[in-house]
Amino acid sequence: MLSKRIIPCLDVRDGKLTKGIKFKGNVDIGDPVEMAEFYYQEGADELVFYDITASHEARDIMLEVVRKVAERIFMPFSVGGGLRNVEDMRAVLLAGAEKISVNSAAVKNPEIISQGAEAFGSQCVVLGMDVLKVPVTKDIPSGYEMVIHGGRKHMGIDALWWAREAERLGAGEICLNSIDADGTQEGYEMTLTELISANVSIPVIASGGAGVPDHLADVLTGGKADAALIASMTHYGNYTVAEIKEHLAGRGIKVRNYW
Amino acid sequence: MIAIIDYDAGNLASVERALKSLGADCAISRDAEFIASAERIILPGVGRAGSGMASLRRLGLDKVLADSVAQMKPFLGICFGTQIIFDYSEEDLTDCLGLMLGKVVRFPLDHKDADGEPLKVPHMGWNGMSLKRTHPVFAGLPPEAEFYFVHSYYLQPADESEIVGTTDYGFDFCSAVAQGSLVAVQFHPEKSGRPGLRILENFISWDGKETGDAV
Repeated sequence: MLSKRIIPCLDVRDGKLTKGIKFKGNVDIGDPVEMAEFYYQEGADELVFYDITASHEARDIMLEVVRKVAERIFMPFSVGGGLRNVEDMRAVLLAGAEKISVNSAAVKNPEIISQGAEAFGSQCVVLGMDVLKVPVTKDIPSGYEMVIHGGRKHMGIDALWWAREAERLGAGEICLNSIDADGTQEGYEMTLTELISANVSIPVIASGGAGVPDHLADVLTGGKADAALIASMTHYGNYTVAEIKEHLAGRGIKVRNYW
Repeated sequence: MIAIIDYDAGNLASVERALKSLGADCAISRDAEFIASAERIILPGVGRAGSGMASLRRLGLDKVLADSVAQMKPFLGICFGTQIIFDYSEEDLTDCLGLMLGKVVRFPLDHKDADGEPLKVPHMGWNGMSLKRTHPVFAGLPPEAEFYFVHSYYLQPADESEIVGTTDYGFDFCSAVAQGSLVAVQFHPEKSGRPGLRILENFISWDGKETGDAV
């Protein structure tokens, strides 16, 4: 039986690790390569790197981080942030990432999904979605809207429609981030996660809001998520991945327990 | 020397990195002569059956691979590389290498688990494997070991005695096969942590002759 995945997310800026709270006030907390190896040894099932720098010089620093990580950990990891075209994706995949993640670039130019899927296969292409809860309107019938720039810009696109459209275009997986829940540590956005997961056939990673292990258990059962993204819960040592997994197993959730 | 076959099928470097971390002498190659001279062959890959087979044929590697198997060279298939070892794949309705008898079929569109809950396709993530027989390449794996899978199609070997391991995803599908000097896995050992590295390490030192016993 397939295990539910626990995926620490590492935000990287200028080759250093940060942790954003509601995308503001990022502070440096360490070396991404060391942190990746630490999580690999600790039993994380996968890693997500999000490059929050966008300048071109920083792109090369990030590729160097990816290369070093790929030499030291033997499990899948994805890299997102600032990838604008197939060449950007190719550079990251050649450096050793298993998957690339596209977010605002895909909202602005959906073809990047089909181009990536065509060039590298759907399994490589993760669609990152930043979603905000809004009043139900004719244009946003699900009451969840796509936003970019950390929630500052509304795109007028319904999140459920976009998830299905991205699947049709060839996305292999969705990383679904609730801007409302992100940084609150009060739990994942359950309604949103269940809505999206039940309406696509590709795996959905829940993101935003994890504070205690029960939050993961909830979103992996009632929220129908296939995986859960975590950050501050484990980055600051409040929990280990093993503790979280033990808790999930106690709630009857299948997790990988040997590594 | 281990030849990692390059046929435009993506992510070969991760296989090379994993082998190098184990101290293995290996190289990524599409050169028929080099591959013919290698002691061991790894056919990795991520891709589609149609374009993957077209590439292999264009590069003239289909024959080199068949010769290697005929010479009893240790040969490891990984994921998509495993699928094209068989006769036929439903993906793109493709005639494949035919190094093993059997076909490759898609998980059902309305795939469900035993409780009727829908299952996502592709089957993506970590899952276990129950060993049906012993085999030197699969030695030393604890029963709780899990492996990283990403695939929408699965193997149906014609000869069930060639099934080394099965994995539960709605039903038990074949996740590892072996026949003579050929072993092949549906998952990615290079991305499967310690248990995956153990399989690669076993393969590196395997003579291609010892093939284990039925459990």
